[in-house]
Amino acid sequence: MGAPDVSELQTFEHDVLVIGAGGAGLRAAIEASGRGMNTGLVCKSLLGKAHTVMAEGGMAAALGFTDARDNWKVHFRDTMRGGKFLNQWRMAELHAKEAPQRVKELEEWGAVFDRTDKGLIHQRNFGGHRYPRLAHVGDRTGLELIRTLQDHGVHQGIQVHMECTVLDLLKDGDRVVGALGYWRETGRFVLFKAKAVVLASGGVGKAWRVTSNSWEYTGDGLAMAYLAGAELMDLEFTQFHPTGMVWPPSVRGTLVTEGVRGDGGILKNSEGKRFMFGYIPERFAAETADTEEEANRWLKGDKAARRPPELLTRDVVARAINREVKDGRGSPHGGVFLDIASRLPAEQIKRKLPSMYHQFKELAEVDITTDPMEVGPTLHYHMGGIKVDHDSQMTTVPGLFAAGECAAGLHGANRLGGNSLSDLIVFGKRAGEYASEYAKENGAGKVNDDQVVACLRRATDFLNREEGPNPFVVQENLQAIMNDHVGIIREGAELSAGLEKLAEWKQEAEKAKAHSASQYNAGWHTALDLRNLAIAAESITRAALMREESRGAHTRSDFEGEQEEWGKYNIFVWRGDDGEMKIERRERPEPPKGLKEIGYAKIEDLESGKVGADVE
Amino acid sequence: MATRTFKVWRGDKDGGEFKEYSVEVQPGMVVLDGIHRIQAEHSSDLAVRWNCKAGKCGSCSMEINGKPRLGCMTRLNSLPEGTVTVQPLKTFPLIKDLVTDVSWNFEQNKRIPPVKLKPRDADGNYRMMQEDIDRVQEFRKCIECFLCQDVCHVLRDHHKHDHFVGPRFMIRLAQLEMHPLDTVDRVPAMRKEFGSGWCNITRCCTEVCPEHIQITDNGIIPMKERVVDRYYDPIAWFLKKVFGGSKA
Repeated sequence: MGAPDVSELQTFEHDVLVIGAGGAGLRAAIEASGRGMNTGLVCKSLLGKAHTVMAEGGMAAALGFTDARDNWKVHFRDTMRGGKFLNQWRMAELHAKEAPQRVKELEEWGAVFDRTDKGLIHQRNFGGHRYPRLAHVGDRTGLELIRTLQDHGVHQGIQVHMECTVLDLLKDGDRVVGALGYWRETGRFVLFKAKAVVLASGGVGKAWRVTSNSWEYTGDGLAMAYLAGAELMDLEFTQFHPTGMVWPPSVRGTLVTEGVRGDGGILKNSEGKRFMFGYIPERFAAETADTEEEANRWLKGDKAARRPPELLTRDVVARAINREVKDGRGSPHGGVFLDIASRLPAEQIKRKLPSMYHQFKELAEVDITTDPMEVGPTLHYHMGGIKVDHDSQMTTVPGLFAAGECAAGLHGANRLGGNSLSDLIVFGKRAGEYASEYAKENGAGKVNDDQVVACLRRATDFLNREEGPNPFVVQENLQAIMNDHVGIIREGAELSAGLEKLAEWKQEAEKAKAHSASQYNAGWHTALDLRNLAIAAESITRAALMREESRGAHTRSDFEGEQEEWGKYNIFVWRGDDGEMKIERRERPEPPKGLKEIGYAKIEDLESGKVGADVE
Repeated sequence: MATRTFKVWRGDKDGGEFKEYSVEVQPGMVVLDGIHRIQAEHSSDLAVRWNCKAGKCGSCSMEINGKPRLGCMTRLNSLPEGTVTVQPLKTFPLIKDLVTDVSWNFEQNKRIPPVKLKPRDADGNYRMMQEDIDRVQEFRKCIECFLCQDVCHVLRDHHKHDHFVGPRFMIRLAQLEMHPLDTVDRVPAMRKEFGSGWCNITRCCTEVCPEHIQITDNGIIPMKERVVDRYYDPIAWFLKKVFGGSKA
């Protein structure tokens, strides 16, 4: 194939280009369009199918409808504690303050949340949240969020580019000025020129074998931002959701919502013991029930009782399950039992958890109204990602913004359930807002044709070469490496060995061969995603090796427990001028005094107003 | 290890044929797993849409042994012994293999007037009682798999895409019309632009809905009734005949 002519490429010009059409991308596009921007929204799949659709439990917002004691300060404190104080303080503050108005706005756009008996939005209990805080619709809240944004968004003049995968960001000097992609349907390339670009491309779960993530989650945003010169941060913090399905093999990893535990579900080992009482960390001991009797009283609404240990943060519960299984007290297929059947009447289970009921009935032939589920940890979410400015969501590259899972900072070392959907709408909106400002101030840049040509060459090479490994098999090989070396419990030597394997694997990935033509060619699509997976996997593994402590979702068997020293640092990764991956830890700035006091306050002092009363 | 033969449609708009593949069967395997094994072991360019693999996104719609179903929710052991036949949705134009062009559905959605709520209460909140939204929430369970659109004979056999929006968008309309706080009147459009009269209640759509939404009984019939009440009220018809009139 000769040198392609860039001027003949199909080209779209936008003020703001949003890459990714889950909750964050849709919200960003709605915001930009509402501010008069010519806005393009690129979806890797069909509109409305992005990963947000899979979120189940709810979105956290201190509306105070179900329990009037809730407010942004308690939500903020919960988020910081859940993140083991490695979160960006300002982002946690903005999130807690702005989530309620973002949720109410969704209602205006057509979302129909479950109601309290007074007709207000009902809020559900979830791990790590002191009060019932999650606005929800049964156990299909993500669907409600994405459909609401989609149905609202299609009337806002946004140009939606469906089934289009972006290959690379394009730069003019330091600044991002567009992106090159291809239509999945035809395999033809497409050029997007934009004054500002928002990445909302999600995570990188597909680097693992056992994951709740779909094929789309290949770290595209992370890798493209990295290659464009952006810094990545907190990558070592990969969340293993405690409850994924473990049987049958076909669905291993598929998510079982935390809502099951929020609604009273309990975890038991093969001896029938409710084992979570043995895993309560010191930090949460004062706010967690230590007897079954007290936990049951809490469930019945006794406000004096403390929360059941099944609702500890995800990192704690996932490690506990892992330990029970390793010590030989697991279920027949290598998980533990999650029991809702003995806790709620069958009709209530079907009403509160309809999609879990169907999922188990149809995929595992288990009736959750009579039998316990078998569950175990599954790679679910990345706290880390692209470093962004707290307020504007701009990355370290001018003109490039990021929001949602691909951005870092809000969740620190561990994300609370329900904080993801609220993250999407709070920071999706902010990214759209500030990207619009940037576009207005800076105007259009110039696309570099050489960069486009290099990008086209890389893409077509997979098709043009004579032979090479099957891209699907190459991807499975990566998943094996990450599952074996960068799992829920990590160890220095294993991580180092993993890095060596990744380097070898990268050579294999570069040689992958996509057969036949480029029209809707799944093999080619998979081959193109491998580079992104490689960058993400390597940076995650390097960060995991560097952090010599156990904090939140990052657990090192050779460095147990949190080390005070490490609490002062975030780890950053970027691409050096020599093209090599660079990594360093950087000291965290001192937080504002008022926020710090709230974050570390005793709950009684915060609620009595002894602490934090003067913070607005 | 047991194996199963998959007969999969391979081709594009210019034509194609069924091809057979042998796939190793694991416990609990679903049809979509079989398609993935074919991609990894036989034919990496086999085109299929999928995302969540848990019945939540509605991407992997296909016709399995002649029936519109989700590939990710169809267990092999639920199908009769023997060859599994997999082909694309028939109602929409073929792109390649198991992937069809469903963009028509997205165009229909855009035509539907969006929600416009009454003002908020004085405290800035909206109030709705749960019993008033149960039905609305039933329709909002829709995952847009378009299996109902595929099986609807008005679209599938009679190709009335220009006259009828299909069951998916009838329940979208129903959900908006039944929203307790919505203020928009979509009944005239339902009759004219969206063609509610075309549905003759064969309930095929309800049968294939993977979310078990009662599309026909709870959604389409009540909407048809609203149209009838508005336009075909016998007393109004009689008065109009006698005294004349130009309404509707």
